[in-house]
Amino acid sequence: MNPEATTALAAPEMPVPHGVRLLGGWYATGRPAGLSDHLDRHGPAPTGRAADALADDVERAGLTGRGGGGFPTGRKLRTVAGRRGPAVVVANGMESEPASRKDETLLALAPHLVLDGAVLAADATGAATVHLCLPRTRADQAESLRRAVDERRRAGLDPAEVRVHTLPHHFVSSEETSLVSWLNGGGARPAPTPPRPFEKGVGKRPTFVANVETLAHVALIARHGPEWFRELGSESAPGTTLVTLSGAVRNPGVYEVPMGGSARQALAAAGGPTRRLGAVLAGGFFGSWLPVPLDPVAPSRGAGVLVALPEDACGLSETAGVLAYLGAQSAGQCGPCTFGVPSVAEDFAELAWGRPGPDLMERLDRRLGLLPGRGACRHPDGAARLAASALRAFADDVDRHLRYGPCAHAGDAPVLPVPAGRAVAAEEGWR
Amino acid sequence: MSETHELGVDFAACDGHGLCAELLPERIGLDEWGYPVVRDAVVPGPLLAHARRAVAACPVLALRLRPAPDRTPTRQSGQPGQPGQSGRSASGQAAVHGLPPSG
Repeated sequence: MNPEATTALAAPEMPVPHGVRLLGGWYATGRPAGLSDHLDRHGPAPTGRAADALADDVERAGLTGRGGGGFPTGRKLRTVAGRRGPAVVVANGMESEPASRKDETLLALAPHLVLDGAVLAADATGAATVHLCLPRTRADQAESLRRAVDERRRAGLDPAEVRVHTLPHHFVSSEETSLVSWLNGGGARPAPTPPRPFEKGVGKRPTFVANVETLAHVALIARHGPEWFRELGSESAPGTTLVTLSGAVRNPGVYEVPMGGSARQALAAAGGPTRRLGAVLAGGFFGSWLPVPLDPVAPSRGAGVLVALPEDACGLSETAGVLAYLGAQSAGQCGPCTFGVPSVAEDFAELAWGRPGPDLMERLDRRLGLLPGRGACRHPDGAARLAASALRAFADDVDRHLRYGPCAHAGDAPVLPVPAGRAVAAEEGWR
Repeated sequence: MSETHELGVDFAACDGHGLCAELLPERIGLDEWGYPVVRDAVVPGPLLAHARRAVAACPVLALRLRPAPDRTPTRQSGQPGQPGQSGRSASGQAAVHGLPPSG
């Protein structure tokens, strides 16, 4: 490991936020933006424009989904708007990724930007209703958002009705088909596609599902235009993005950084690492381990989560813990996920904490190949990606564990925030 | 219509009965948990009758067969909302490529 990887990043104090947009109000006032703060700063949302205007702007801005999918938002808007019949807008604030706090933070600090974006999307797609979905674990936030919605209604701001819902908080419940299924009266579990929500979603209508951060960007693009949006970020990945930085960094938290930057640059926003790093988890529990030293330029691909793992932590046991959680979080609908993810988790537990048998790695490799593309949603794909990246990033540790058994740090408290309560939810737990 | 067809499995419906692997071993095997592994989704003309029998034999209708798209070189080119991609038998997994995910 390269010692410069830490020293080069360690800034003596927090850098002044550069190019902050979504969180600009917070940095200016130091308090969450109420409706009057919001209107003073941004003015009302420009609703009532020509049908294609917003989709055009968003498409030219190059905005992509900030919920992890990365799909072009303008294209999705245009597709939903172009389909027959009245549409529905769903704002996804579920954020089931345990290492992410960005959506919760954005909804707390700039709720009206999100609501503006949702209402603008409704305006552009001809939707009369916006469903804002939050996890049931955040009832207080849902209540304060309901108050914000009421305040806007009294001010006569919105041409669409906004309804705030709280859904079961399981890992796969934030998948867009889970939201649609729940809003249609079913369980918050992924549904097989097609039909995708844009074809047939809530009430069988064409449905525009977007992450809440994506919608907040839409609200700003509608006001300032695509050229403004592209002033930050890179040509192929324009704009800014929220990222949750945790682990061994000086000031863990949610930051707004230019898109297309490297993981190294993003970590610098949080003051850089506090210790030598062993690896960085980019993209959360469905993400990949990046080996250290980090590539100074390779873009971190819009990952909204970075966890800095110190050199003296055991990456294999960290990964084993996450995989056990992901295995328990399977909705139990698809066989390869129901059986495959827990099996991979068991193999990883053997690697991390047990006495690895001679056939372990061959079995694990085979099982990892049996997960991708074999579920109604991407849960098994995500688990396989994380596991495979751990085998690459911690290849030396794998050899040592295979040869000598668990390392000295395999039993340490995990750096990654793996939620407790691993039991698979009962049938009614999804409603 | 093209001679070639494509297999797809609806894993949310599949219960791992395994009949498909018995009837179409040329294309389908089973994993260690008894769920189908489609080794090659493409079904050429000579295999079509066997494939149709496997599709019909699935007790939960989880095995799907659809005409393979003619534009074979790019599987990523599907536009969301593209018409003509959702025929009656087109609800297999092949159509998910290039469609909008959440967020």
